[in-house]
Amino acid sequence: MIQGIIAIYVREMLILRRRLTRQIPSWSISPFLYLTAFSYAVGHGVTIDGHTYIEFLIPGLIAMGSMTQSFAIASEINIARFYWHIFEEFQAAPISKFAYVAGEVLAGMTRAMLAISVIMVLGFLFGVRLHYGPAFFLALFLNSFVFASLAVGLAMVVKSHADQAMLSNFIITPMAFLGGTFFPVERLPEWAGAILNLLPLTHASRAIRSACLGDPVNVFSYVLLLIVGLIFFAVAVWCVEKAKD
Amino acid sequence: MKYMIQVKKLVKKYGDVTALDGVDIQVKPGEIFAYLGPNGAGKTTTIRILTGLTRATSGDCLINNFDIATQTSAAKKQYGLVPQAINLDQELTAQENLLIHGWLHRMSSSDISAKTDELLDYVELSAKKKSQVKTLSGGMKRRLMIARALLHSPGVLFLDEPTVGLDAGIRRKVWTLIKKIRQRGTTIFLTTHYIEEAEFLADRVAFIDRGTMVALDTPLNLMATMGAWAIDHLKGDTMETLYFKTREQANTFNTMHSEEFTLRRVNLEDAFLDMTGKKVK
Repeated sequence: MIQGIIAIYVREMLILRRRLTRQIPSWSISPFLYLTAFSYAVGHGVTIDGHTYIEFLIPGLIAMGSMTQSFAIASEINIARFYWHIFEEFQAAPISKFAYVAGEVLAGMTRAMLAISVIMVLGFLFGVRLHYGPAFFLALFLNSFVFASLAVGLAMVVKSHADQAMLSNFIITPMAFLGGTFFPVERLPEWAGAILNLLPLTHASRAIRSACLGDPVNVFSYVLLLIVGLIFFAVAVWCVEKAKD
Repeated sequence: MKYMIQVKKLVKKYGDVTALDGVDIQVKPGEIFAYLGPNGAGKTTTIRILTGLTRATSGDCLINNFDIATQTSAAKKQYGLVPQAINLDQELTAQENLLIHGWLHRMSSSDISAKTDELLDYVELSAKKKSQVKTLSGGMKRRLMIARALLHSPGVLFLDEPTVGLDAGIRRKVWTLIKKIRQRGTTIFLTTHYIEEAEFLADRVAFIDRGTMVALDTPLNLMATMGAWAIDHLKGDTMETLYFKTREQANTFNTMHSEEFTLRRVNLEDAFLDMTGKKVK
């Protein structure tokens, strides 16, 4: 099984390596624009819980970036499936569904980690110093695990690449803006906060922000992300089996 | 007798549409078996079921005596698959494509390395080992797919329309390669809608039409059912073909009629047309 996971993972990494010189500038643009617009233009002089807005914003961008980049593995899978037909090569190989999902999820998580390192460098260049300790990396790991697993499952369910883009618009875009990335969920009305607390990204933002700002760790957020991630992973394995027509 | 491929009463339904209706096939070791039929006849569906990509509605498929439905992993180790569509990683090199395939088939890195060199040489692509696939021609990609399918030394090779879209020269090159692969002892299951491909390559040919097998025999026996010589002539707006046992009989017919005729040898398409009432396209 390990060799199957490695095969799937290394394939994605070889492709990523070929694109890395284009990918790094692409990963930099959105965070750079958010940092410039939201922190200097909109958030200048704003403090949240004793922190400047840019200190509040960077952990949110990291949570959002790890979500979008780990979820982006769905696009790679769909291109391989619908455009290049490479998914058939995996289906015809004597590897388990678990190995396929694990390889793709690990690839999605690696993409997320690389994209986040770009945001961390940008934050440093903007003069922000945060704590990047074990609690931070664990939250990042769990958040990218959740969304990479969700991505693999959804990539198996959709019938075309266009459907995938639509799902991203309905699931990822609202979560990116409402999951505690740009503003504290606690400042919303109670009913709205209760709804947003159901989103995994809200818990990821909270856990990553607490870790970055040196606040106490909220264990509940970590446990919840782990459980949601495991459920999404199991569903993804089931979806791969169902992808056989 | 031992068979490398056994298909028993295979049925595949998509809703109300029956794509395969009780197909039976036995392929002997080392045989080149051609599966010939028009587009939509059920050729690719059969290969997809045999290789575990699609579930059968009912029936059994065994590859080297391993049931693809219940002994899936063991069955998948027995075959190599060259699908109809080019399914190589375009951004990776030829070598990297083979490396990933080797790992997917649980080969050791040293075995992969040795077999890669051997097979790229075999398909005359050694010079392209480090080239990205997107820089290769259509014929080279097809040969690379064949090399990839052979990397884990399978006993059975499935070729789904292996020369579709290739020009005549490259097609001949692929045919020669297929003959060479058979000489290694590999059993080959080939789908095609090119009559001459089946005629040139196959030991036995099965005709499939609308999900049903209509004939199965050697190319010579199938053609012999029609005679040896054929005359095509225009009758009104339609082309009519007449069949004769000997060339003399055909010539006699020619001399008795004033229209323009084309005399030729009977081919597999004549047999197919006679059995199904349609052209192989």
